[in-house]
Amino acid sequence: MNETGNALLRYLPLVLLAIAWEAVSRFGLVSSSALPSLSDVVRAWIDLVKDGELITNGLASLYRAAAGLALSIALGSVLGIFMAWWRPVNVLISPIVEIFYPLPKSALIPVTVIWLGFGDGSKILLIFLGCMLPVTIGAFNGARSSEQVLVWSARCMGASRLRTLWDVVLPSAMPELLNGIRTALALSFILLVSSELIVAQKGFGFLIGFLGANGNYDAMYAVVLTVAFLGFAADRIYLLITERALAWRAS
Amino acid sequence: MAPSAQIVINRVNHLYRPQHGRDVLALDQVSLEVGNREFVALLGPSGCGKSTLLYLIGGFLPVETGTILIDGKKVTGPGPDRGIVFQHFALFPWKTVRGNILYGLERQGMPKAEREKRTMDFIELVGLAGFEDSYPSQLSGGMKQRTAIARTLAIDPKILLMDEPFGALDAQTRGLMQSELLRIWQRTPKTVIFVTHDVQEAVYLADRVAVMSARPGRIKTIVETKFDKDNRDILKSKLFVEKVDEIWNLVKEEAIKAQQKRSFSQEAEP
Repeated sequence: MNETGNALLRYLPLVLLAIAWEAVSRFGLVSSSALPSLSDVVRAWIDLVKDGELITNGLASLYRAAAGLALSIALGSVLGIFMAWWRPVNVLISPIVEIFYPLPKSALIPVTVIWLGFGDGSKILLIFLGCMLPVTIGAFNGARSSEQVLVWSARCMGASRLRTLWDVVLPSAMPELLNGIRTALALSFILLVSSELIVAQKGFGFLIGFLGANGNYDAMYAVVLTVAFLGFAADRIYLLITERALAWRAS
Repeated sequence: MAPSAQIVINRVNHLYRPQHGRDVLALDQVSLEVGNREFVALLGPSGCGKSTLLYLIGGFLPVETGTILIDGKKVTGPGPDRGIVFQHFALFPWKTVRGNILYGLERQGMPKAEREKRTMDFIELVGLAGFEDSYPSQLSGGMKQRTAIARTLAIDPKILLMDEPFGALDAQTRGLMQSELLRIWQRTPKTVIFVTHDVQEAVYLADRVAVMSARPGRIKTIVETKFDKDNRDILKSKLFVEKVDEIWNLVKEEAIKAQQKRSFSQEAEP
């Protein structure tokens, strides 16, 4: 009971913001085209769900984000760990990472479209490229911090060198790696919506752009809020999973 | 004991190469023979290379000059015939007490039922029953070291390498762990090489104490220290106290030399 109370109190500012929003547009302080009232937005949201627009476009978007993210996690972890483990890989890869790191990944949107067209492929590639860096860097830093004595312990209990990668280096890298994946998760939403806004025939970003261009601002806001909520929920669920996975750390 | 010695270290040098700065000769022509089921302590000031020697025997560092033979075979890498216990426990923090002990048995390919049973036996041996599902972060230093010892003993190595295993524990726990190690060692006799800079600990635990010189490390003297170890009161006997004194005088010279060297050059310890 007390815990629920605390949670309510924590999100009170959001409730206040919602009330302020409703009031501002109800009393005509801003024009309804700039900011439709919250109740209109909610009504538009229900319509969008009913006619299936939100679901179809949402599923298309989630598929792209999940595919891009999954690829980046798989490849980024392996690359980061091998960079830490084997010097030649590090020498080869780290300058590429350094050059690529500060590049705004949205600049690659036209490039990926030229390569893979207007469909899913270009979005997945963009998300994959953008998300791979934080995952790689997390895995690299984590793996580098793995303790020599742990590797030695595993070795003298009969683990081969390669085996210690899986048994010692990977779990040692886990806290930093999971942190990198969290950054990648947030980045995947950003890249998803911006790429869909520019060139797409479906998806959240496409829907926002389409509704906005047609002056359907209630519905546009409804989609924006949906994306914001999904991003928040994904992060919370991810944090819960991380806490579980790292339960062995000192509390 | 030359022909029957289990570990034969013959004129081993070791050069420590730091990433920055000059190379340092850590071990200089070290020779030592250790018999089967013998308990030998390596004693010396910090930085004398005693841990380095242990890591060479363990196969963690390459032997570049000289040879180390175990049962007549050259050491070329780590193996389950040599178990090691480190000062800071080196437990896998993501595994429970049980998981840590199971790990080595799994790597040895022991069938599941057998390794579960053996794990519980060793948890009991070191007095950790009831803590099998705790993570290392939830244990005291003494309990962590008991886990590490159980993990190493469970795979039944012929040789036990111990690198200042009680150095990170408080004095009371250290005393308890020493007696317990002796108790376990008497039950399952193994060859033990025990690195320490605590003279009393070395004399109490070991059959022989090898005193090492300040860097570059050499074996300065080997002193017989066989006592009746079943009774911890031996620590107060005249004979024991004199032995500790004798060895302490040998170490003291080296400790002073080591300090003088350190104040001349701030070299990192290998």
